[in-house]
Amino acid sequence: MAFLDIQHLEKSFGAMHVVKDFNLGVEKGEFVSFLGPSGCGKTTVLRMVAGFETPTSGAIRIDGQDMTCLPANRRNIGMVFQAYALFPNLTVEENIGFGLKVAGEGKVAIRSRVGEMLELIGLRQLGSRYPFQLSGGQQQRVALARALAPRPQVLLLDEPLSALDAKIRISLREEIRRIQRDLGITTIFVTHDQEEALSMSDRVVVMHQGIADQVATPFEIYNRPTTRFVAQFVGTLNLLEANVVDAAAGKVLLGEVPVSLNRPLPGRTGERISLAARPEIVTLGRSDGDHVVLAGRIADVHFLGSVIRIRVAVEGGHLSLDTFNQPDRPPPSLGTPVEVSVSHRDLLVLAA
Amino acid sequence: MTTSAVSLPASLRPRQVLSWFGVAPFFLFALLFLILPTLNIVVGAFRNAQGQATLENLGKLFSPSIQSAFWISIELSLLTAVLGCIFGFLIAAAITLGDLPRPLRNAILTFSGVASNFAGVPLAFAFIATLGRLGFVTMLLRHWFGINLYGSGFSIVSFLGLALTYLYFQIPLMVLIITPALDGLRREWREAAESLGASGFQYWRLVALPVLWPSLLGTLALLFANAFGAVATAIALTGSSLSIAPIVLFAQIRGDVLNDPHLGYAIAFAMIVLTAIANGIYILLRMRAERWVK
Amino acid sequence: MTGKRFWSWLAVAFGGLYFLLPLVGMFDFSMRMQRGAYSFEAYRVVLADPQFQQTFGYSVVLALLTIVLGILIVVPTAYFVRLRFPGLRPVIEFITLLPLVIPPIVIVFGYIRIYNTSSILPLTGSWWGTNILLLFGYVMLSLPYMYRSVDTGLRTIDIASLTEAAQSLGAGWARILTVVILPNVFVSVLSGAFLTFAIVIGEYVFAALLNVDSFGPYMVWMGGNRAYEPSALAVIAFAITWACMGLIQLFTSFSKFSTVRR
Repeated sequence: MAFLDIQHLEKSFGAMHVVKDFNLGVEKGEFVSFLGPSGCGKTTVLRMVAGFETPTSGAIRIDGQDMTCLPANRRNIGMVFQAYALFPNLTVEENIGFGLKVAGEGKVAIRSRVGEMLELIGLRQLGSRYPFQLSGGQQQRVALARALAPRPQVLLLDEPLSALDAKIRISLREEIRRIQRDLGITTIFVTHDQEEALSMSDRVVVMHQGIADQVATPFEIYNRPTTRFVAQFVGTLNLLEANVVDAAAGKVLLGEVPVSLNRPLPGRTGERISLAARPEIVTLGRSDGDHVVLAGRIADVHFLGSVIRIRVAVEGGHLSLDTFNQPDRPPPSLGTPVEVSVSHRDLLVLAA
Repeated sequence: MTTSAVSLPASLRPRQVLSWFGVAPFFLFALLFLILPTLNIVVGAFRNAQGQATLENLGKLFSPSIQSAFWISIELSLLTAVLGCIFGFLIAAAITLGDLPRPLRNAILTFSGVASNFAGVPLAFAFIATLGRLGFVTMLLRHWFGINLYGSGFSIVSFLGLALTYLYFQIPLMVLIITPALDGLRREWREAAESLGASGFQYWRLVALPVLWPSLLGTLALLFANAFGAVATAIALTGSSLSIAPIVLFAQIRGDVLNDPHLGYAIAFAMIVLTAIANGIYILLRMRAERWVK
Repeated sequence: MTGKRFWSWLAVAFGGLYFLLPLVGMFDFSMRMQRGAYSFEAYRVVLADPQFQQTFGYSVVLALLTIVLGILIVVPTAYFVRLRFPGLRPVIEFITLLPLVIPPIVIVFGYIRIYNTSSILPLTGSWWGTNILLLFGYVMLSLPYMYRSVDTGLRTIDIASLTEAAQSLGAGWARILTVVILPNVFVSVLSGAFLTFAIVIGEYVFAALLNVDSFGPYMVWMGGNRAYEPSALAVIAFAITWACMGLIQLFTSFSKFSTVRR
């Protein structure tokens, strides 16, 4: 059994069924992200793990112990909130020491642990400040230290970075991951930001309408999405509608253009399917070998600096593709007829 | 801004002069109808009938009758402020944290707005009609429960009756002021405390009450001042049978008792000092409370 | 969860009992003028009383004048302080809080001393003078509420841009204030106005000590001399207070509805 084990978790608020049959096992020391749009149920699952919501049914176990009905203050779980939630009447040190104090630890033990935590987050000199005297990034680091101070079994992070500026967000992202690795603490991280989820996690749970669509490594999620929602929610995606001509041989019709995928397709002959491709695997010009080649016209050019994103109008829709900037080669002008190539292997097939 | 005006000092710009005309009436008004009358009282308290400086008037405050009037006033104001704070807090806590239906909360807040302004003469009438000798509740208790309220020494024109009546505007005022403060207690604070292992009691002792403390004490001071300056309710309720400071002053001004205007000055001055202290505490603590709230 | 709910309901129930009983009591009492039957006799007697009509009418007029004068004094001040003299804000705020700090009875005492018949400005000596003094006194009483409402209203609009826009179109100060600023803070001004009305209409201490026959002293006189009519008067006064607060709520919810959220 996994260290943190969630089985058949369900939650309804009145008629609203917000979490449906949620299953997940998190190994000790693992960093797992819940990724999804707002209202997908990711925060509700986290709050049930924390003990702030009672599941309608299902079970939550940590290290073999049933937590489902235990009150939040007896779960030994650390929680970091989106809006910091530091106690405004306590100094940084008192905030960090809060969990130890309510547990009845001695002054000396508290002091040394608080010092340790301040060291960990690099705010040693700010221990006697009040929260309102700190920047957002500093406050969130204190909140992290506060959650970690009582040595929780599991750390829960509820969109901890979304209230911060872009720059601080990235640096704190790295810091959280570093601290998590150093302490080896089992962590669940809730976010709606795919970049955060992909860059930080060991595994990502993509959630949609109360259901965990896919649970996999960031690499898998990005490159091998199993549902149309995951494919569309994570990263930019080109979708082309196609008709299956021969499922066994992998032949489809993109508008009027016949395309051969060289592999058997899940759909039946005559069905509509979607072909999906990330912008970075589409190349400009004709590539030979295992490539699907489509003809089109340049519809739009976005110069983004190191990358140029080009939109090409093709049969069945538009394709976005990324090319690297090259100083000696200016981007093509609008309306130019071009050919684009995608490798068979990388072209994803999704149900329409 | 026109470029030609930039070189002139700010105070000399014609537009600026015009703006002074916009605020001048306010200052004139405040001077004539607020500041000068108050100063007149303050200065008068330190002068005798011949216009010489003296502390004699203030000394008269310590005559037994005046002193007892002030004590009753202070006791009454303190009692209704403390009880108003406690009951107002309980009601505000019930509607903010108590999981009650939303419309009820709005109804109570609206009613508090009405009740806190329903002071003065009509309030006194309402209480006479309810707890007076022939009042609604008095009769109810007698006929249904066989309790003779007035036989047990209660009277609406007593200290207790006045306190009960004052609470009618004290409690709603507390509800109105403390509800935003309770709303300011963020749900995450409680959740953070719980996840760190704190019990509900520990959360209130270590976080919620310390955060609310300045607001609570500040409101206590405000309620004190509010009760201390209330005259109309007391007069309409008791006539002048209960001798509290504002009623004594009222009688002094009317010339009903002894016609010594300088004793009046002294009483008025003492009232200013007491309410100013109370309000000063309120404003000070209010600022402290707002320090935490962004 | 259920325990919390239970205690909340209990608190609200006890509060409700305390706050509703006097209302029930005064209403019940006001209906008992005719023996053995509920009737509106007390209201009929009160409403037919020429004294009532006269004092009540007087107080209504005075309340309206107080509102108008209050607006004339407060709106330009709040506007110019926000626009031109932000440094004066603490001073103005302090002054507008004073009427809450100094007991009204003390202030009216000061009036009587300063504006008596032997002073430079013997306002208390004439009918007109006394009324003007009372009017200004009421403006002073309503100052904290009026100023706070108007200032809150001004905070929500960008008066600097509005003023510059109006100036660039050639408007003068009077026009800016009446055509541009006032309509934009109208709702706030109205809530200040209703609050003022509720405070002034039954005011007793000022009127009594300045010897003016307004609604407040009339009510006290009735209280001393009649049995059932005072309750009817209390019901009327309560209805007025309720109406004023209700209208404030109504207008503020309207304004929330109409302003675009940014």
